[in-house]
Amino acid sequence: MMLELVDISVARGGVPVLEGVTLTLGAGRALIIRGPNGAGKTTMLRTIAGLQPPVSGRIVLPPEGAAYAAHADGLKATLTVAENLRFWADIFGAGDIGPALAAMALAPLRDRMAQNLSAGQKRRLGLARLLVAQRRLWLLDEPTVSLDAASVALFLQVLSGHLQQGGAALIATHISLGLREAEEIDLGAFRATAPRAGAFDGAFA
Amino acid sequence: MIALLLRDLRLATRAGGGFGLGLAFFLIVTVLVPFGVGPEGGTLARIAPGILWVGALLASLLSLDRIFALDHEDGSLDLLATAPIPLESVVAVKALAHWLTTGLPLTLAAPMLAVLLNLPGPGFFWLTVSLALGTPALSYIGAFGAALTVGLKRGGLLMSLLVLPLYIPTLIYGADCARRGAAALAAGTPLLMLVAITLGAVAILPFAAAAAIRVNLR
Repeated sequence: MMLELVDISVARGGVPVLEGVTLTLGAGRALIIRGPNGAGKTTMLRTIAGLQPPVSGRIVLPPEGAAYAAHADGLKATLTVAENLRFWADIFGAGDIGPALAAMALAPLRDRMAQNLSAGQKRRLGLARLLVAQRRLWLLDEPTVSLDAASVALFLQVLSGHLQQGGAALIATHISLGLREAEEIDLGAFRATAPRAGAFDGAFA
Repeated sequence: MIALLLRDLRLATRAGGGFGLGLAFFLIVTVLVPFGVGPEGGTLARIAPGILWVGALLASLLSLDRIFALDHEDGSLDLLATAPIPLESVVAVKALAHWLTTGLPLTLAAPMLAVLLNLPGPGFFWLTVSLALGTPALSYIGAFGAALTVGLKRGGLLMSLLVLPLYIPTLIYGADCARRGAAALAAGTPLLMLVAITLGAVAILPFAAAAAIRVNLR
């Protein structure tokens, strides 16, 4: 088992957004998180990544098990593609960056400055970081934003490879990925109940 | 960890990295002071240690908010916080990189600029030693201030206000060490106090800064 959430509640900026989320994710499986804007998809992924604690509940995750890919790709504009990826490979203790560059079709761009990449190319470089991070669980926040059809296909190929090697992925996305291994979960069912109007005065009543 | 140090050094020396910013500011201050104060050698020699120390302190303050703000903007800080290296060592390494790109060049440039301020002969050694041992404290205290304000847009003003009072002990002992050295008095005691502040800052503040970053990332 890669990930188990037991009855977790998460809050953003002090406002509860989700409560009672319980799910398990096994090796080789992917779970697509659906929900309208503001449903708490990003907050949930950040909580699982360990960037913020859940309000309540329990997250069971192997230590250093998850790699998180956020909206921002964490790229430095004045470093080249290879330098950016080399840095993350060194941080995560990976060896060669060649396979990751090849997998995301970045090899021809390796000496280009990140500031001269298109949005889609930047995203591909951000996703290549997942390959050098060598974590089994991928937490992906809208991974296909600004990717063209060919790049989405490339990403799905990489993702399928990851799942076949016993990895797992939790993906927040609005588009249909068409993954065979994927199940879907709609966060709408876990929306936190809004605080009662006037509940603020409770302390003074 | 070495990868992080090398990346920060490389970023600082690339276009827009702000490597020369502190140095240029230091140069401007020390060149302008003799014009403002007047050319009498005696007055300049008396104020030289203080001016050089204040100049170095402000120059170091100038590039502090870059330590974490840029990494926060492009998302690298989130990724570093989930990386297998502890956040405390991320802070320590980034503060070290800040010192190598500001404190160290300032220390090396100070003896040359001290000539402009007519610093007495024995003061050169003590000025250089006090800056070399005192400026690391400026970088580590500054990293703490930068960590406190990391999520704020335009947090530089607040950070300066938070950090300046913490800089005062370093300034007092550092400038005093250089002043006593220039007057050919025993400068050992302020130097020891300065080293104590630096060692304390290097030992404790990475933990405080990492805690502040964790809170700010929520």
